[in-house]
Amino acid sequence: MRGFVAVLLRDLQLAVRAGGGAMLSLIFFASVVLLVPLGVGADHKLLAKAAPGLLWVAAALAVLLSLDRLFQADFEDGSLEQMTLGTAPLELIVLAKVLAGWLTTGLPLTVASPFFALQLHLEGEAALMLTLTLLIGTPGLSLVGAIAAALTLSVRRGGLLLSLLVLPLYVPFVIFGAGAVAAKVAGLSAVFALYMLGGLSALALVLALFAGAAALRLNLG
Amino acid sequence: MWHYANPKTFLDTASRFEPWLWGLASFLIAGGLYAAFFLAPIDYQQKDSVRIMYVHVPSAWMSMFIYGVMAVASIVGFAFKHPLADVAAKAAAPIGAAFTFVCLVTGSLWGRPMWGTYWEWDARITSVFVLFLLYLGYIALWRAIEDPTRAAKAAAILCLVGVINIPIIRFSVDWWNTLHQPASVFRLDGPTIHPSMLWPLLVMGLGFTVLSFALLLLRMRTEVLERRLRALRLRAGGG
Repeated sequence: MRGFVAVLLRDLQLAVRAGGGAMLSLIFFASVVLLVPLGVGADHKLLAKAAPGLLWVAAALAVLLSLDRLFQADFEDGSLEQMTLGTAPLELIVLAKVLAGWLTTGLPLTVASPFFALQLHLEGEAALMLTLTLLIGTPGLSLVGAIAAALTLSVRRGGLLLSLLVLPLYVPFVIFGAGAVAAKVAGLSAVFALYMLGGLSALALVLALFAGAAALRLNLG
Repeated sequence: MWHYANPKTFLDTASRFEPWLWGLASFLIAGGLYAAFFLAPIDYQQKDSVRIMYVHVPSAWMSMFIYGVMAVASIVGFAFKHPLADVAAKAAAPIGAAFTFVCLVTGSLWGRPMWGTYWEWDARITSVFVLFLLYLGYIALWRAIEDPTRAAKAAAILCLVGVINIPIIRFSVDWWNTLHQPASVFRLDGPTIHPSMLWPLLVMGLGFTVLSFALLLLRMRTEVLERRLRALRLRAGGG
């Protein structure tokens, strides 16, 4: 447990200090939201209809862009190998690093999401529903992404490969995340989609721990 | 199982079986195509375009079946470190991707006269499209990692994560479809298919299966020989 906390605090410190890029995903998210009305026009109804899916796709891309930082630097300078020498199991180290990653990408995005929702004319309960779905779903995005990040660790310039591996696996998250918000907008019950989203994140947790650690071992061994 | 871990034994056995598989596949597919074009009746609604089904549906079967083959090979390769299983998984992926592509293209060509559009975001089309992307990602990962043992393990992990995800993707796309579209799309197949249409379809399905195995053996032999060549080159280069 001490190893877990140590890795978590270390990664958080690295992220918030100079060159860490903790808020970069949030800025990316804001830029995407800016481009959309410029691309499709500022019609209120159109934007409001597209907003749930759009914001979810933007969130998925923002998480995706943060993934290559997750293990890469520590792998290259050898600190990842040092961490495996301690008593903490590799699964726990993966969890600590993903949690630190989520706290600096998924969480800021979730907290700021109501404002972006308002910009795209998604208001009231629907905006709050968006925040709730992001709160439940983005940890899952980070976890699933961690598997692919660990798999592509030894691939030079693996960024494009990483997105090819991850984006098909994001399909269910985007469907149920945006689906819950769209259901709320249409006045339907969003409970089923929320349960599914929670289930997806829980499954991602189990998968990421085992597959992620196995992939790391593969690249370290 | 371990008998064939010896590349020499495998190469000999595979070369002996392969011509038979090619012959059987040609016979079945030629017969199936003849039946599909000349014996099977035209559909009262779809007219002659129903004949696309005899290529489309077996391709769809193969696209899923080969992913299953890859998954089994990945488990055997990852858990028992069987070298031939890794080769099988690697060799199967492009075959599966090709059948998935054929399935998408024929489905699109059938959709134009039937639905009036080349592409409909129907639940099936969408999930086959996702499956195609999963295949491509798997192939790309194999190509990106140079060391074959490491690449095999990484690809096996990816394949198994994909196996767990495919039913979830399928289910979520189905749910999405009911939310966004009325179920107005005409279903291509169903339990009500007439026997005169069913038997050419099954012959084609069997032919495609045998063809897949023939291609698989061919690709596996190529891979084994390529690795041998690589080892020889390394030895020659090392002095």
